[in-house]
Amino acid sequence: MKNLKAVDVVIAGGGWTGLAMAKEIVSRTSLKVRVLERGLPRKTSDYSVTMDELDYAIRLRMMQNIAEETITHRHSPRETAAPVRQYGSFLPGAGTGGAGEHWMGMAWRFLPDQFTLRTHLTEKHGAKNLPEALAVEDWGVTYDDLEKHYWYAERMMGVSGKAGNVRGKLIDGGNIFEGPREQEYPLPPLKQSYLTTMFDGAARRLGYHPFPIPAATISEAYTNPDGVSRAGCAYCGYCERFGCMVGAKSQPTNTLMPVLARHKNFEIQNGAWVRRVVHENGRATGVHFMDANGEDCFQPAEIVVLGSWTLNNVRLLYLSKIGTPYDPETRRGTLGRNLTHQVNGGGARMFFDKPLNLFMGSGALGLRFCDFDGSEGFKEGDGILRGGSVGLGTAGNRPIASFGNFPEDATRARWGSEWKKASLEWRDRGAAVGLSGEHLAYRQNYMDLDPTYADKYGDPLLRFTLDWTPHEFRVRDYFSQLAVKVAKEMGAKVDPVRPASGRYNTISYQSTHIQGGVIMGASPEKSVLNTYLQHWDVPNLFVVGASAFPQNASMNPTLTVLAVTYRAADALIGRYLKNPGRLA
Amino acid sequence: MRRREFLTIPAAALGGTLMYTLAREPFRLQAQEGTVRVPLRFFSEQEARVVSAACERIFPSDAAGPGAKEAGVVIYIDRQLAGPYGRDKYRYTKGPWIESVPEHGYQAKENPRETYRAGIRGLGNFVELTAEQQDAKLREIEKTHFFQLLLAHTKEGMFCDPMHGGNAGLIGWQLIGFPGPQMSYRDEVDKHFGEKYRPAPKSLRQVMGRPGNPWEDEKG
Repeated sequence: MKNLKAVDVVIAGGGWTGLAMAKEIVSRTSLKVRVLERGLPRKTSDYSVTMDELDYAIRLRMMQNIAEETITHRHSPRETAAPVRQYGSFLPGAGTGGAGEHWMGMAWRFLPDQFTLRTHLTEKHGAKNLPEALAVEDWGVTYDDLEKHYWYAERMMGVSGKAGNVRGKLIDGGNIFEGPREQEYPLPPLKQSYLTTMFDGAARRLGYHPFPIPAATISEAYTNPDGVSRAGCAYCGYCERFGCMVGAKSQPTNTLMPVLARHKNFEIQNGAWVRRVVHENGRATGVHFMDANGEDCFQPAEIVVLGSWTLNNVRLLYLSKIGTPYDPETRRGTLGRNLTHQVNGGGARMFFDKPLNLFMGSGALGLRFCDFDGSEGFKEGDGILRGGSVGLGTAGNRPIASFGNFPEDATRARWGSEWKKASLEWRDRGAAVGLSGEHLAYRQNYMDLDPTYADKYGDPLLRFTLDWTPHEFRVRDYFSQLAVKVAKEMGAKVDPVRPASGRYNTISYQSTHIQGGVIMGASPEKSVLNTYLQHWDVPNLFVVGASAFPQNASMNPTLTVLAVTYRAADALIGRYLKNPGRLA
Repeated sequence: MRRREFLTIPAAALGGTLMYTLAREPFRLQAQEGTVRVPLRFFSEQEARVVSAACERIFPSDAAGPGAKEAGVVIYIDRQLAGPYGRDKYRYTKGPWIESVPEHGYQAKENPRETYRAGIRGLGNFVELTAEQQDAKLREIEKTHFFQLLLAHTKEGMFCDPMHGGNAGLIGWQLIGFPGPQMSYRDEVDKHFGEKYRPAPKSLRQVMGRPGNPWEDEKG
């Protein structure tokens, strides 16, 4: 084992969280920070030759190589888990910037009541009326605690949107159901397309409150408070699963790296695969990793930050034997609990008599309405605890994936002349109204280590035990009806919808929003971390990312991931360095 | 080293000689004589003929426009199978191999190369059958993993960037009115409401002025 020179802070993972933490530390202290990133270096100029659907959107060239490491999945503890052999339901990124490079750029704040969800649902329905298996928790922080950190993240990225609530004043055209913001967005919303404009009209006629999705893809040229300047969106349609060739979509490599790259106390090592947090007597002493040449290395450090993606943050704590594994039978232990994904689907497929020019667009170019988000709009008899937002977007239709989209009654053929004819006839005329809904946490959905399957170094894989419950089906059915209503109002021919069914599958893409496993909270009995993302048992270990979320919120998690990271960075820099010990 | 195999195709059939207007009316740019010999990376010539015939039934050349034959889909598939994808370099392939529930997708050990080799054998004398007999044969195997790959790869070969060997002469993109990668739609995205906007298709190489780096060419 090669012993490296000690640094003040070692960070596992060079994505949004790892690099945001690094940037705060090196720009506000004199500490030396070393980031270990297992993927390749990336920069904006790399992306000019990557506008290629096949390699990037289908073969998934920007993702972690699943041949080296994957997860296993089973629907219940009674079953044997099988490895996820090819990507499907979510897509973990690799390389500098991580999943923050290939994301769609939707930069949402969560609803205020999300942060006190256990309390909110208990007050609304009464403790005895909540399902026994419900495992949702309060975060230990409130929306008001996070408001300034949200704003900090929004300015760093240059989020483009329209506020619906500024200091309690409701504003038409924005999301009137959102928590109060101190400021309007840093930039105006992206342009709208033909399809989203039709949606806007229909939703308004039905009495709902549509608004543009807040986009981390900047609508016009912008210089952020760190002095980083970028150009506005070109609407080329190559966002989701791609890196942005003009740097308009906020990515760690075009926002944080320009600041970090010139800082003498910052260093990033690519090809470095972290395997363990080394610790003794309740203190982390550093991390064990393999470098790009496969050599065993030990990096000693005063502070260890895990900023890899959700799956790996959880797995590293298991492999390092830090914390108490969760047991779904007894509900004791905390590590691995509250695995959530997202409730998508529940939409309406619709077809128009005019072409939509859907090849143009941007990942976050779209509209939503939140009239049924959170607890809003539901009656007791609906049997729905939490809903979600309804909307659509024009992210840029790609020719391979979008060919063959025609109304269900056009033909049953899936190949041959009939199929080709229907596909060409309905080409560029199909779209969908969809749901982005909350996935509640349940006692039976959790993560631990798989007893059988291993990664390329022989370390056990992370195992998901996860399935849908009747609540998710009720949500999908409810929103299907809503989506059909909107689609019809848009004047579309709408495919019939069927009742939601089926078990969780690892094949079809749902979202890359996997949460939990290392959750934050106010007490060590219920959470792994305190609200500063500091490990309850190991005070010089911080674990940042959506792994800290007690449950999924309806909206995309990135902005909230950054907000809780910035709050943790403030506490680490402002309090921990002066008095190293528990922050709560 | 395996013996160098070639696929010999009438030049007039390959994309680039047939052009399609936006209204999908075919017209001939120039009549070409003779044949082209395309070097194969994975298939034998015999295998390539079987795959080509099957793709042609999946995405036929017909009254609605050109198909897999003109786009060179078989050449695309040959390159994919020869590259890292064909050897499952990007799939988790550690055992034990277990049968699992359908929600876990394809769990078998065979990589795409092996699936094709076995699948082609199963198609037997496919090239000698009539179109109707070929369709019947394909319907028999519709549920197999081989057919699912063939279907997915045919679409990919029709509509991928031509650097991957398919979509020859941008014939697939012309067929559907897809403009390929373009630098910017900033001045167009909020216009053309309800009307067709169809810029002339360009390949990645034409747009960027330099070649891309297709993944299938990666060494290792």
